[in-house]
Amino acid sequence: MKANCWYGKEKVRVEEVPDPALLSARDAIVRVTSTAICGSDLHLYNGLVPTMEKGDVLGHEFMGEVVEVGSAVVNLKVGDRVVVPFPIACGSCAACQQDEFSLCENSNPNAWIAEKMWGHSPAGLFGYSHMLGGYAGGQAEYVRVPFADVGPLKVPAELSDEQVLLLSDIFPTGYMGAEMCGIQPGDVVAVWGAGPVGQLAVASARMFGAERVIAIDHIGYRLKMAQGSAGATDVIDYDESDVHQALMELTGGRGPDACIDAVGMEAHAHGPMYAIDRAKQAVMFETDRPLALRQAIRACKNGGTIAIIGVYGGFIDTFPIGAIVNRSLTIRAGQCHVHRYMRPLLERIARGEIDPSFVITHRLPLSDAAQGYEMFAQKLDDCEKVVLKAA
Amino acid sequence: MQSQALAPRGGSGRTGGLIGWLSLGLGLTQVVAPGAVTRLIGARDNERRRTIVRAIGLREIVVGLGFLTQGHARWLWARVLGDALDLALLSRTAVSGNAKAGRLALASAALVGVGWLDAQHARELGRERHGVSQGRLDLGAVVTISCSCDEVYSFWRDFQNLPRFISYLEAVRAQNGHSRWWARAPAGIELKWDAEITVDRPGEVIAWQSLHGSELPNRGLVRFKPAPGGRGTEVHLALTFEPPGGRLGVAVARLLAKISEQKLYNDLRRLKQLIETGDVVRSDASIHRGPHPARPSRGPLAQR
Repeated sequence: MKANCWYGKEKVRVEEVPDPALLSARDAIVRVTSTAICGSDLHLYNGLVPTMEKGDVLGHEFMGEVVEVGSAVVNLKVGDRVVVPFPIACGSCAACQQDEFSLCENSNPNAWIAEKMWGHSPAGLFGYSHMLGGYAGGQAEYVRVPFADVGPLKVPAELSDEQVLLLSDIFPTGYMGAEMCGIQPGDVVAVWGAGPVGQLAVASARMFGAERVIAIDHIGYRLKMAQGSAGATDVIDYDESDVHQALMELTGGRGPDACIDAVGMEAHAHGPMYAIDRAKQAVMFETDRPLALRQAIRACKNGGTIAIIGVYGGFIDTFPIGAIVNRSLTIRAGQCHVHRYMRPLLERIARGEIDPSFVITHRLPLSDAAQGYEMFAQKLDDCEKVVLKAA
Repeated sequence: MQSQALAPRGGSGRTGGLIGWLSLGLGLTQVVAPGAVTRLIGARDNERRRTIVRAIGLREIVVGLGFLTQGHARWLWARVLGDALDLALLSRTAVSGNAKAGRLALASAALVGVGWLDAQHARELGRERHGVSQGRLDLGAVVTISCSCDEVYSFWRDFQNLPRFISYLEAVRAQNGHSRWWARAPAGIELKWDAEITVDRPGEVIAWQSLHGSELPNRGLVRFKPAPGGRGTEVHLALTFEPPGGRLGVAVARLLAKISEQKLYNDLRRLKQLIETGDVVRSDASIHRGPHPARPSRGPLAQR
């Protein structure tokens, strides 16, 4: 089969690789119809995630048709059309039992590597390094889906691939970001990053009843989308104005009630701190550049909440712990427990309350994956979200 | 592994720490007062000697700091190498003639003594790092499994299940009240031994021990404790291997090199997977070595 493989920094290419096979009675094989490139795939693309190996198949946002099921998979049958959540979860461990699916205790066969880095291991993920399981990803014609009796969600025929594909990751991720903010009616929420996750965090914050949602970025077309499609009431272009000052202006000096970091480890900003963080990252003094996170913590109102949904991998410097302690801030974070949100969000899509496909700007055949990565990484041609058509 | 992480940096006990601090102190003295040190060891003070002494001082500081922060045996071996180098320098000074013979001899004797201490300690530390103390390998690991103590006990008590999650075991069979164990050492070498159960309290503890005359004397103890808050069972495993005295047989040495606390943790994780999910959880990369749908996983990542 054809699959998009990682070969190093800014090197991906579609190759012929062996077809996946069932390894367990609880597996299914899915023939991929649509698969998306995630912002977090760009961290792999930029070579910032350890334990990637040449040839690894990328991709964790995918959907398609079930073509083979293991004997223990009774909920699916060949021919079913499914969306697959990006974390792999067994459904029976203590974490899964508490709906914390991205913390599944059993799905990472390389848990010991993650433990070395993070103390404990989270769930295994599709196509996201050996530290997180070494599972082949979904930017391919076929994928082996472990615990197929737990993860995949059947989707109705009347909804298009694009309407439901983003249930695999970024819609639930944005939604969980907004949920972690504990939004009350009248709240003002600021969202750093108007990439695809940021857009859906903005839309979700509105769904939770935030009165005002402020999107922060420096890319014109993304801010336009945040305001025009996602429902942001205000936008801040940090090329033009100082973020902190602008937020104080917009919130009467209080600061946002909640802040969402939808940027993660590769933040951009202006000023000397950016140069310092870049330098530190280059010489491995820190693995991640927390520029958006620092801004969010500084701006957040006293007693407010900061939800981190942008991906961080390792260690950061100059973390404003003083602001957190002395101003009673709450930090919440997590890889999305996708399984928890898929069904209710599918219902919302089916009812026409939201169509997350507004973020999709580019459709390419799987064979053009490398071009898709480049466009998304370089933000060429007003690229916001790339969907690869595998069949 | 866990016990190592808790052990004070600088190796086993006080001597380790002492060597580190001694290195640091000596180094600082050599850098700050190279003249005095040169005279102390009985050599004549001149600018060239001071430079050499300063350089040695810097080396001592680096090695001392390295050992104190990392506590690794290789820093001690670096010290041994340094001691040898210093001894060579001293003997050159002695040959050159312009030195006080008595002090030089004393300094040399001290160096030999320190070098011996370093080497002894480095060897001991190296052994400890591998969990082997006086030829014995003690290992432990824990995991929490979401099921009752009785369930894990029953699964474990059927020793034939052990090779399903313990990576170094090939097979275990019950035989007239005893059990026969086959272990897999690298290069296709096989080891076997017979074992008997020494403690058996259902739902609580199982202990076993290899019988006299086993190729690899070993014993194990597994305890099952209810986890707080109804979170299932804590499994505490302790294994002891006692390689036959003297030189280890090749097979035994190879097998022991394959066993570590990390592997034991991985083994218990597989036990958890078996009980909680019904199967050992695998990705393509965790089982294949060549090309496969997740592509090759080589080197340290291919750990089983």
